[in-house]
Amino acid sequence: MLEKLLILLFASNVLAQVCMPDAPEAYKVRLSIKTALGDQAYTWNDNELYLFRATLAFAMRNYLSGQLFDVSNILVCNETERVSFWFMVKSVTNPTTLIEKQHVENAIKESRHRINSAFLLTDQTLEFLGILPTLASPFVPATPPWLIAFGVVMGVVGAGIVYFLVAAVVQRKRKKTLDEEEEAKGATENEIAGENLDGIYNTSFSDDEKVTEM
Amino acid sequence: MDITQESGKETRPQWDNKIQYLLTCIGFAVGVGNLWRFPYLCQIYGGGAFLIPYLIALVFEGLPLLYLELAIGQRMRLGSTGVWYSISPLLGGVGIASMIVSFLVSLFYNTLLAWILWYFFHSFQDPLPWSTCPLNQNRTGFNEECEKSTSVNYFWYRETLNITTNIETSGTIQWTVVLCLASAWCIVYICFIKGIQSMGKAVYVTATFPYLVLTIFLIRALTLPGAVDGIKYLFTPEWEILMNPQVWLDAATQIFFSLSVAFGGLIAFSSYTEEKNNCERDALLVGIINSATSLYGSIPIFSILGFKATSAYNLCKDRNILALTNHFDFPDQNITRDNYDYWIDHFNQTHPDSISGLNLRPCDLQAFLKQSASGTGLAFIVFTEAVIEMPGSQIWAVLFFIMLFSLGLSSMFGNIQGVLTPISDLKMLPKWIPDELVTGLLCIVSFLVALIFALGSGNYWLEVFNAYVGSVPLLIIAFFELVGVIYVRGMKRFSDDILFMTGKRPNIFWKACWMVISPLMLLAVLIAYVVLQAAKRPTYPSWDPSYESFPDTKTLEYPDWVFAIIILLCVVPIVSIPIVALHRLIRGGIRRSSPRSELSAYSNGGFDADHPESYNQKPV
Repeated sequence: MLEKLLILLFASNVLAQVCMPDAPEAYKVRLSIKTALGDQAYTWNDNELYLFRATLAFAMRNYLSGQLFDVSNILVCNETERVSFWFMVKSVTNPTTLIEKQHVENAIKESRHRINSAFLLTDQTLEFLGILPTLASPFVPATPPWLIAFGVVMGVVGAGIVYFLVAAVVQRKRKKTLDEEEEAKGATENEIAGENLDGIYNTSFSDDEKVTEM
Repeated sequence: MDITQESGKETRPQWDNKIQYLLTCIGFAVGVGNLWRFPYLCQIYGGGAFLIPYLIALVFEGLPLLYLELAIGQRMRLGSTGVWYSISPLLGGVGIASMIVSFLVSLFYNTLLAWILWYFFHSFQDPLPWSTCPLNQNRTGFNEECEKSTSVNYFWYRETLNITTNIETSGTIQWTVVLCLASAWCIVYICFIKGIQSMGKAVYVTATFPYLVLTIFLIRALTLPGAVDGIKYLFTPEWEILMNPQVWLDAATQIFFSLSVAFGGLIAFSSYTEEKNNCERDALLVGIINSATSLYGSIPIFSILGFKATSAYNLCKDRNILALTNHFDFPDQNITRDNYDYWIDHFNQTHPDSISGLNLRPCDLQAFLKQSASGTGLAFIVFTEAVIEMPGSQIWAVLFFIMLFSLGLSSMFGNIQGVLTPISDLKMLPKWIPDELVTGLLCIVSFLVALIFALGSGNYWLEVFNAYVGSVPLLIIAFFELVGVIYVRGMKRFSDDILFMTGKRPNIFWKACWMVISPLMLLAVLIAYVVLQAAKRPTYPSWDPSYESFPDTKTLEYPDWVFAIIILLCVVPIVSIPIVALHRLIRGGIRRSSPRSELSAYSNGGFDADHPESYNQKPV
């Protein structure tokens, strides 16, 4: 009875140490290196995988401060040509248990940018299936830029309107005073013309009316 | 300002030079419709083949009408109300109808300009605001409405219009639209502040700038990938389409509305030009340039649409490739755009079940090219989407919207002039009110009335105005114009007018068109138009996020009260024609002894030195 229990315990321990796809604590990772880097793409090999495990350990260390995760704590399996694989994280304090998904997810979310940069990839080309990238909140400037453009245009237009209206009023006033002056002048000219008997050039008809009927 | 004093008449403003006059007429005729309606028609009617009915309509309907309006305005030296009154007091209503139509059209046309301004102001941001969706409330994803449709659609329908779900729900006034509307009317006012003197200067920029931008776009667009596909699609002729009568109807209506005849604006413009001016050449120039602009503009538009279709096609392919690569765990980039077809066939044979499970979207370039749009859909949805993909998006967006704005502004000049000239000719306002004040009052009144387009349902109302104000009334007015000049004034007298102005009589082509071909064509178009419109209950597409197949638009019927308003909009401009005719008949019957008591101060028929025989002419 006791031996059976011992065997069961031992078996579950061993099982717990083996990385399996679709395990409750496992995440799938997918890399699209050629899409991201084109000609500059590096080939995926064991060294790159080692770097990946190292960066994951780094992320776990940052998240669970105090616990010193190592490359050996990151289990990887089911590598494909796609460059995709599954990984699980072994706990430091208790090597037989695995870190829960939620903690792994939080750790990765915190250090996502560093992990991406280590591989020269982005959120879309280095995918952790199930961990959505936190959306960058759009940059909202203090004054909406469109109001600035609007203000500039309206300022110019408004200034133009005021200028033209004022100019029109001024012009009208000037014309009125000029008309009054001409009237006054015209009256005296007539008297002078009457005395001078200027028959050749009648100054009363000094506006160029060149069109005469018939 | 060049003041000439003519035969006892008051000083009438004049153009500084011929170029101003021509540019103003061209600017009036060339509007946003040339850019966003003509390419659309070309596309849906099989490209190259559409040009045939279009050119036929231009030659037999557009040019004769244009020539007629320019000639009669130049001869009578009056705005539209004065001209028709002089020809026959019974026809005085035609001018009033033109004025009402011009006013109604300027209301919604300036709202278009307001929206263009809004997009222009927003083009100075990086990234462009319509390129990304805003986040939803709890920052976990994007806004739902935006996700389901596209960010471009969302920006247009939600952030610009804040559109309601149907025309009956008015929603609230959008203060942002009100601001842009106010700016648009202020800009119109400043251009008109000194009448045609200031407008004539503004037109140097607004009429020529679009051509510059179109050329820049042409060069840029032709270098984009997929441009050639767009142009090929646009101009591939489908000859069978010529059998469809709808094509001919659309070609005729397109020419008619594109040339902006029957608004009264062209008559007003030509009334300010000198008496002895070759209006035949002017008409030919304006008409041909208008059509040439449509053609010229459709090339960059369709290059860009071809680019957009290619981008969408590539995106579709990339999405499918990613799905395939992930599913079968192929190495990255083994399946590329080039060998995609080979792999798809391969997988369809080897693993048909898994392929269907992936829900791959079929990618067809022709289907993407077929996605056409006209009007605001083209400018604010399709084009803005294309601009996001182009490098240097802000510059292209700014250029595009400035171009649209100047195109629209130069057309607004004609609309406003079509209202201002009759007001001053009819002497509706006392003399002491200065012109600047009249123009200002008109702008303020128009702005206040146009606030209906700033409501949530504003876009629906704009579509109503666009479809019904600017269609049937204009056709009827144009018909009366033709009949009035050719039959009431008389072909002989009109030929004499033209002889006086240009130095030669109109040749047989013009006479044949004016007397027979154009009236028949107009009548045919009018009847066909009314029949087609009346055949089915008018419907409109509405933007409803709660609709099951959103983002498709939901087709709704206009409710009865809106239908009544539509009828009113068609009838009110036209009704002035019979009302004025009746009024004159009754008046003429009562007061036969003094038939000239109503003549305007400009044309006292008794002292028309050029036509001494008119002294004995009876007004009826």
